[in-house]
Amino acid sequence: MALLQIAEPDAAPAQRAQRLAVGIDLGTTNSLVATVRRGIPVVLPDAEGRPLLPSIVHFGAHGVEVGYAARDALVADPQNTIVSVKRLMGRGLADLSDARRFPYRFIDSPGMVRIETRAGVRTPVEVSSEILESLRVRAEASLGGALAGAVVTVPAYFDDAQRQATKDAARLAGLNVLRLLNEPTAAAIAYGLDNESEGIYAVYDLGGGTFDLSLLKLSRGVFEVLATAGDTALGGDDFDHRIYCWALEAARIGPVSPSDTRLLLIKAREAKESLTTHASTPLFATLSTGERIDLMLSAETSTTITATLVGKTLLPVRKALRDAKLAPQDIDGVVMVGGATRMPQIQKAVAGFFGAPPLNNLDPDQVVALGAAIQANVLAGNRATDEDWLLLDVIPLSLGLETMGGLTEKIVPRNATVPITRAQEFTTFKDGQTAMAIQVVQGERERVADCRSLARFELRGIPPMVAGAARIRVTFQIDADGLLSVSAREQTTGIEAAVTVKPSYGLADTDIARMLEDSQAHAADDMEARARTEAQVEAERILAATKSALDADGDLLDARQKAAIDAAMTTVRERLAGADRHALQAAVVALNRATEQFATQRMDRSVAGALAGRSVDVLARD
Amino acid sequence: MIDFSQDYFALFGLPPRYRFDPQALELAYHTLQRAVHPDRHASGDDAERRLALQSSARVNEAYQALKDPVVRAQYLLSLRGIDALAETDTALPMEFLQRELERREAMAEAQARGDPGGLEALLQQVRADAAALQAALADRLDGETWNAAREAVRELRFLTKVAADLEAAIAEGEG
Repeated sequence: MALLQIAEPDAAPAQRAQRLAVGIDLGTTNSLVATVRRGIPVVLPDAEGRPLLPSIVHFGAHGVEVGYAARDALVADPQNTIVSVKRLMGRGLADLSDARRFPYRFIDSPGMVRIETRAGVRTPVEVSSEILESLRVRAEASLGGALAGAVVTVPAYFDDAQRQATKDAARLAGLNVLRLLNEPTAAAIAYGLDNESEGIYAVYDLGGGTFDLSLLKLSRGVFEVLATAGDTALGGDDFDHRIYCWALEAARIGPVSPSDTRLLLIKAREAKESLTTHASTPLFATLSTGERIDLMLSAETSTTITATLVGKTLLPVRKALRDAKLAPQDIDGVVMVGGATRMPQIQKAVAGFFGAPPLNNLDPDQVVALGAAIQANVLAGNRATDEDWLLLDVIPLSLGLETMGGLTEKIVPRNATVPITRAQEFTTFKDGQTAMAIQVVQGERERVADCRSLARFELRGIPPMVAGAARIRVTFQIDADGLLSVSAREQTTGIEAAVTVKPSYGLADTDIARMLEDSQAHAADDMEARARTEAQVEAERILAATKSALDADGDLLDARQKAAIDAAMTTVRERLAGADRHALQAAVVALNRATEQFATQRMDRSVAGALAGRSVDVLARD
Repeated sequence: MIDFSQDYFALFGLPPRYRFDPQALELAYHTLQRAVHPDRHASGDDAERRLALQSSARVNEAYQALKDPVVRAQYLLSLRGIDALAETDTALPMEFLQRELERREAMAEAQARGDPGGLEALLQQVRADAAALQAALADRLDGETWNAAREAVRELRFLTKVAADLEAAIAEGEG
């Protein structure tokens, strides 16, 4: 028989507390936060029990709203309601082939596009951080404490600038980023650990705005990514847009306002979702101009108008297979991830290509967040003894250097397993040369101009020597997040050359530092201002309600009651003008208390009024 | 954590031979990564994490080198002080060059007429030639006939480049 163990009073519990860690899927359309509870990964819902947070941020007249509240402002205030911000991360205006699709006032600036909103100019990093902040607050409320860290997922095909932007957004939201994890890999963890699978799997991940295809080998608890390919500007959004274009054409309607565009895109999305379970669906809308759209969209038409998009997803599938030197029949299973994979035409195309029905066992909206939560739990140091799995991921794009004549020299090929260290030696071109500039690019093309410039950095402090005598060893390091860092050393003298990396895209560290300072300095002010506004709105609402009650039923009150309510109202009115929010809230509470009795009396009267005129026998029969 | 002065074969506990058991390499690779990967040291201090990053990168570098038939051959030669791809010594046999020149022309023609089937056939041929060459290379390396091995490495590298160009051409054709 076990003896009960009794701890000494006040002694600290011997057991180490679980460190609170979450996985966050920062999606184009929806975002989620998940954690591991008693060994089981679970999505953390909001206070209303909804697991998803729409990735929408509204810069409204009374502050910032995120999620469902922001979604409600989509049609009324399209220019200040930011959707699909993920498509803008780490991107300049020139990169956005579909910029005109967004109703925003874009400002082109070196590095990343910025958006002019009611609240001022915002970078995509800041907009994303609002979403992440909202998820952090949700998780902390749900778990009852501050988070030790988070794993944030990114599309596997995100380049360095897009990854860096995502990490910056998480830092800005007050998160300690344990790891950036590729979305298809996260899905594979959730799926593989759930099914104890072995073999080669393809993860087909079609999200709201991005497409990834990863090939993984699962063996003896190792998840090894063999190859990944994708398109960071292809997703469910594009299918909505195709249906939207079809609707305008079919209804013979010309260009529409940003509000009507938003309305029609919402209708297009609803139609797309309805076609998952129906053979045809109505698409009905009344535009602000009074024009009406009243159409039927059949599954067949939908398949025809989106065939190009479906075909576009198969290109990266072929590329990844080629890179991994595999054929479709070598794949043991295809895991479907992302809400957009619910579309029947996608299911059919994938089944056709691989010659086998794809796997849909786990909720395609949640599987990425669940996998991220499992990884976060392990990275935070909560690994259980039986959890001995390991993840080996790759970089999606080759890394190269600019050489003479604007050509690239590859130093790290795509699909190389991270982390990676590569050293390259450079020498000087002139006698006494003490500095040189090196350009790092990411991409598969031969010419520098066709690749994405990652960083341009200068080496300074090279000891003066004759031309060609210096041996400068530059080390490129890609960490487990897939992010690049650079260091340099002159070999003959051992002098460390100073490296300043100027990111060509994304934000410089000083920008991030400034944003962090701004947000911390202003956070307290912002919250106070918002709380005051809310208190004022509430006070005005109560005053108006009390006044109309007095007008209707003031005769119910005796003089003493009437005087008490009048006095309470006067206090609220006086404090409404003042700056003291707490005093105002106290006055509102007092007014509510003063009218409690009055409210009961009014209720009695209205019940009596409703009963008046009916005879006693009628009431008895009822 | 790991001994950075060890050669790649010693790192994985394998004999320094060209022909080897790929399963044994993979198993050794996984075992090492389980010990050193940054994910295994995420809650450690800065120094531990830096060391994990460096060690894991070294294990990846060694694994990539041994997995690749050309790099593995080059590496084996370099362990004996032979630089197979020295810039001063790039000679290839006339007959080999002649064949590859013709292959280049066939590739250009197939590309010009937009013939993915033709490119695919060429790729299969190159791969078959490379496989034959690799078998010959294995005999020479493991038989320690270094000079003959050096020539085969250069030819194999050439064929690898041709195959890569063909793959790129096919990919481009697909859009």
